[in-house]
Amino acid sequence: MKNKQLLLGDEAIALAAIHAGIAGVYAYPGTPSTEITEFIQGNRIAQERGVHSRWCTNEKTAMEAALGVSYVGRRAIVCMKHVGMNVAADAFVNSGITGANGGLLVIAADDPSMHSSQNEQDSRFYGKFSFIPVLEPSNQQEAYDMTRFGLELSEKMRTPVMMRVTTRMAHSRAVVEVDDQIEEHTEIRFPENARSWILLPAISRRRYVEVLANYQQLEEMANESQYNAYIDGPDHSMGVIACGIAYNYLMENMPEGNRFPVLKISQYPFPKGLIRKMSETCESILVLEEGQPLLEEYLRGILDNGKRVLGRLSGELPRTGELTADNIKPALGLGEVPSEEIPSVVTARPPALCQGCGHRDVYTALNQVLAEYPNHRVFSDIGCYTLGALPPFQAIHSTVDMGASITMAKGAADAGLFPAVSVIGDSTFTHSGMTGLLDAVNSKAPITVVISDNLTTGMTGGQDSAGTGKLERICEAIGVEPEHIRVVVPLAKNMPEITEIIREELNYQGVSVIIPRRECIQTFARKAKQRKAEAKN
Amino acid sequence: MKKDIILAGVGGQGILSIATIIGDAALNQDLFLKQAEVHGMSQRGGDVQSNLRLSSNPIASDLIPLRGADLIISLEPMEALRYLPFLAEDGWIVTNSEPFVNIPNYPEIDAVMAELKKVKNLVLLNVDEIAKECGNPRAANMVLLGAASPYLGMEAEKIEAGIARIFGRKGQEVVDSNIEALRAGRAVALGAEN
Repeated sequence: MKNKQLLLGDEAIALAAIHAGIAGVYAYPGTPSTEITEFIQGNRIAQERGVHSRWCTNEKTAMEAALGVSYVGRRAIVCMKHVGMNVAADAFVNSGITGANGGLLVIAADDPSMHSSQNEQDSRFYGKFSFIPVLEPSNQQEAYDMTRFGLELSEKMRTPVMMRVTTRMAHSRAVVEVDDQIEEHTEIRFPENARSWILLPAISRRRYVEVLANYQQLEEMANESQYNAYIDGPDHSMGVIACGIAYNYLMENMPEGNRFPVLKISQYPFPKGLIRKMSETCESILVLEEGQPLLEEYLRGILDNGKRVLGRLSGELPRTGELTADNIKPALGLGEVPSEEIPSVVTARPPALCQGCGHRDVYTALNQVLAEYPNHRVFSDIGCYTLGALPPFQAIHSTVDMGASITMAKGAADAGLFPAVSVIGDSTFTHSGMTGLLDAVNSKAPITVVISDNLTTGMTGGQDSAGTGKLERICEAIGVEPEHIRVVVPLAKNMPEITEIIREELNYQGVSVIIPRRECIQTFARKAKQRKAEAKN
Repeated sequence: MKKDIILAGVGGQGILSIATIIGDAALNQDLFLKQAEVHGMSQRGGDVQSNLRLSSNPIASDLIPLRGADLIISLEPMEALRYLPFLAEDGWIVTNSEPFVNIPNYPEIDAVMAELKKVKNLVLLNVDEIAKECGNPRAANMVLLGAASPYLGMEAEKIEAGIARIFGRKGQEVVDSNIEALRAGRAVALGAEN
């Protein structure tokens, strides 16, 4: 039955996936994608139907598990933030060659303007690179509709499909009309051409040719797609191509209807036919695309001759950061961007580690001991503890990608640095730190690894952490000597003990692991509140 | 009807519950609505905002354009000023006067107040104190919402009905105490206007 609901973009995707009869959602938390999986975890229908929704250790294990679901003919979605695509890339790119059997939709949530990320890479490149079609909804209704469409497209064209959303789609609410009639896709059904899934060179060579032919067909489908639209306008001095949510910023500026011909793109590969049509009738083409200038570069080509192409590369639009209804105004001939000057009295208020957080005690102790070693370097990682870079701690020297703390410390130690310290969270450690720890153990690198264990994935809001209760055994099994695996409780009263242990382990000429363990105060407070509410009832 | 509202505060202060109630009231009047939030890193004690757009016609952008906001509702006085470039010429600021100091270089409060008082349409009130006087210190949000209610373009009853629906699960006592806080805030705003 159709009904209307107020949903975040992420929630619209999640609900559509449930209604489309998925067998599972596979994901590692990452802003702005986290709420998709959380919604499914909390959804009663998904629970009753036994939809798999447990968090995965990282994006690669998530992608591969979903590929397994697809192999047996059932439907799955995979969700991650854009940088998670880098972790999943090996599986993702090769899934373009195996193709899909049951519907497989990969949702990549990009974060232009880096609200909560270390870069603003554009996931559409991965789609193009892997010959996997990309969907880019322009509003929450399309997010719902296109999730269902994407799973169907995946089955019809026997390929994984990517859906690319950005922060403003993922974390914005609107009313969405949904159809809660749930599709049945419960039968195991093996792929017709089972050999395609064995990527031996001889098979892959054959598959590559098929994939390219398939991609051509997908391109033709994009020309006909109901989600791509050519809307004519009176002024042909310019045509505007608007991808994904950039369409909304365009229409915000055209409340009386569009002055220029507009091509809305929400389904890739690029609809070449529609683009050609615009190019034939318009003197220049303005490209509005969130993220990086993928289409603009494609239109411009390397020789840049012929039609004038305007966008982020030509300087008409900002080269970096999100588009807004304001910053596209000059390119549309609608005057300058209004001033964004704020009164000088307004001071920056950066995020900070919570009061009472265990990471604070870890940095207090580290700073105290490391002050004795002027040459020390602390290689950190991705998580709440990255905030140790800011005052009052200013305790870390690097943050690059998930797991890089351990391997960078090892490399620095290999090159002669002493002391080389790594600070990594429990969830990040199991995500991508364990293999690096094995490298360090195998070469007996003199590094001290601090696994700051708050028993959760904190930064994204307190999801389960894959290694909870297992960290010492993991480290021991990897080969860290048991006497150099030290567990402490990060509290101010334990500072003498903690600093003494750090001092001892810094001076050990091999791999030491220190595990300060205390529950995240956010999850602690939440559980206490729940307990109180339960006691009341 | 069209109202573009920026909700501002510091991570953890609870601006989203204000958005939830306005949103609920809007939906019950069949208005179109878009509400953009920021999740993730900035929630850890940093500045946070939410863009809430209501309209009787479909809404294009999830974000409010510069000089487009009819109303800035802020739980913190300096945070209200952070979004000043978004305030329309005739727009209103309704803000808590009580600073939330979690940074070492928080400006002199007098300088913040002086800057706020330059704004043509301002409602400045200590929502924490009023909530305490109402006997419900946790309802500071509702006091602020009440103070903003004359500028929302909908009747006070619609907002009270929203509170009743959102808090209904927690019992009539909680509903009544939140509505009382809302009314106290509204009284201050109406007093300030006269």
